[in-house]
Parts: sequence; structure tokens; C-alpha cells
Amino acid sequence: MNYLMIIIAAVLVNNIVLMQFLGICPFLGVSKRISTAVGMGGAVAFVLVLATLVTYLVQKLVLDPFHIGYLQTIAFILIIAALVQLVEIILKKASPALYQALGIFLPLITTNCAILGVAILTIQKEFNLMEGIVFAFSNAVGFALALVLFAGIREHLDLQNVPNGLKGTPIALITAGILAMAFMGFSGLV
Amino acid sequence: MNQWKNFSKGFIKESPTFVLLLGMCPTLGVTSSAANGLGMGLATTFVLAMSNWVVSLVKSQIPDKIRIPSYIVIIATFVTVVELTMQAYLPGLFKSLGLFIPLIVVNCIVLGRAEAFASKNPPLSSLIDGLGMGLGFSFALTLLGSIRELLGSGKIFNITLYSENYVMLLFVLAPGAFIVLGYLIALINRIKKA
Repeated sequence: MNYLMIIIAAVLVNNIVLMQFLGICPFLGVSKRISTAVGMGGAVAFVLVLATLVTYLVQKLVLDPFHIGYLQTIAFILIIAALVQLVEIILKKASPALYQALGIFLPLITTNCAILGVAILTIQKEFNLMEGIVFAFSNAVGFALALVLFAGIREHLDLQNVPNGLKGTPIALITAGILAMAFMGFSGLV
Repeated sequence: MNQWKNFSKGFIKESPTFVLLLGMCPTLGVTSSAANGLGMGLATTFVLAMSNWVVSLVKSQIPDKIRIPSYIVIIATFVTVVELTMQAYLPGLFKSLGLFIPLIVVNCIVLGRAEAFASKNPPLSSLIDGLGMGLGFSFALTLLGSIRELLGSGKIFNITLYSENYVMLLFVLAPGAFIVLGYLIALINRIKKA
């Protein structure tokens, strides 16, 4: 039951992109086609779960016992940057097909604030390891859901006649606003 | 290079928010009121100016291959400074900005200026560039925050301008952030063309 609550809250109610504004850059940047949106969603899910797992262990096994919690920001961002590099190298060797699919999105992920954000939130919310992983995975699902929905709308938007001044980013942002309004409908769920 | 031009380009011409579209997460996330926007902007300005300055000072010592991780460590150091200082002296603001303070580390404006400007220019110009870009970012955040606060709660910087009976709550909630920023960018595009 507890896990179900975490999943619903993270995917729908507190959607990481539309309600918490994390990972907006890839949300606006790679949402022009559904296929790239799916690729980005997959890459984020992979790194997000892995990064949350590693940062959680580092927090509990290194930062907490030595009372150096103030190094959290520096430690986490270095872990994430190193992890992304490592995943890239391993994928290239071990699974070229997956690397082909996710490859171009991986370098972008280091500066995706959703990764660092979820890693810190997991610590702040005092989840245990299993809850943390479920939380990270459901946030990734929420991210992918928002990204794919938004890409679908933008594909249609390309065919519409948009007023000159609103072309490009402005209409994309307003569309995202309306999508966020739709997600507000979930706020009573949990 | 003309230092005034270097300083003032961040406000409209190369505004990180309205033109370059960098640092969107804090832009949308913390601007539910003008004061939050200003606080976030100034915190980012400090990190931006200091990290630009330090990167420019040590740029010849850092091997090219590991420059990005080195920049990130420098930036993260200043973010930690801001985080601890704000927690000690401005606990209210720290609480309302929440997660977005540590996330200054992944704000693309900061790393972007370190890589694009500070790694090629002398320390003084880099410091001024960081200050200008940071204040431009603060200006954008305060503007966005003021509009949202005015429409959503009838106040600016907590000074009531009209009755709460006429407010549109939507604008302080998440969708309002996207919509107001969308129209602001459309307006800036229009001004730049004219």
C-alpha cells in the first residue's frame, strides 16, 4: 500500500516536470518527436534509478557516519557526473544496440536537474532503500509520461497555424501550462 | 572590451532566461512570488560571479580534458557556501526555495558562462560578465515573480494592491508559471524585432 502511494504521488500528483519543475530543459529541448521523447525517457529512467541507489548508499555509508553532510551537494553531483560517464562506457561495450538508442541522450543527463533533485529528495523524505528506488523509478515514469504526452501535442502543433509572435518556445510553454492544468486534476488522489 | 556592454548584455539582449532559455527549472519553480524570485536570482548571481572569477583565475592550471568536472567542483563549492549561509541567516527564504538552492549546481547558465566566457577571458571581465548575467537572471525572475504574484494574489513583494476577491489563484500554481513565461518570451521577441 505504501509503495502504491509513492508511485501514484510521484507519477501523477506531484509530477516531477509539470508540478515540481525539475528537468525542464530536456522537457522543452527533446520533445519535438515522440520517438526521441521515448529515448530520453528511457535514458533518464536508467540513470535516475542507478544514481539514486548510489547516492543513497554514499549518504548512509559515508556522509552520515563521518558527519560530513554539508558535502552532500558536491559529492552527489560528482557521483552523478561520474556515473553517467561510466554508464556510457559500459553500454558502448556491453550493449551496442541499447547504446545506439540511448547514446546521444546520455551526456545531456548530467545537467538534468531531475537526477540530482530526486537524489536529494530521497534523502530529505527519509525513505529506506527500497522506497527510494521505487520513488526514483516512479519519478522517471512521470518524467517519461509528461515528455511523451507533450511531444505528441507538439507534433500536432507543428501542423497548426500559430500566430507569428507565439511561434516556437512561447506556444510550447503555454501548451505545457495547459498540460500542467490537466495534471492538477489529480491533486485530490492522495 | 567595453565593460559596461559586457555587464549590461545580460538584461535583454543576451538575457539567459528570455533569449537563451537557460536555467528554466528555477525560473519556473521559485517564481510564485517576487521576493522568492529575487532571492533565487541573487543567490545564483553570487555563485555565477564567484565561479566565473575563480575559473578564470585557474584556467591555465586545469588540463583541458578534465576542465568540466573541475568547473563543476568549483561551482558546487560556491553553491554549498550559499546553501549554508542562507540556512543560517535567512531560514525563511531557504525553506521556500527548498530544493532549488542545491540545484543551482546544475543550472546551465553557471556552467555555460564558465565554459563559454570565463575559460577564455581575464578574471576581471569574467567577474563582470558573471555579475551582469546573474543580475539579468535576477531581473527576469523578479519580473516573472511580480507578474505571477500580482495576478495570483493581488500583491507585489507582499504589498497588497487589490482585493483577494479578484485574484486568479491559477497564476501562483504550476500552470501559471508556464503560461506567464510563454507570453513574456513572446513579448520580448516582439520588442527585439521592433
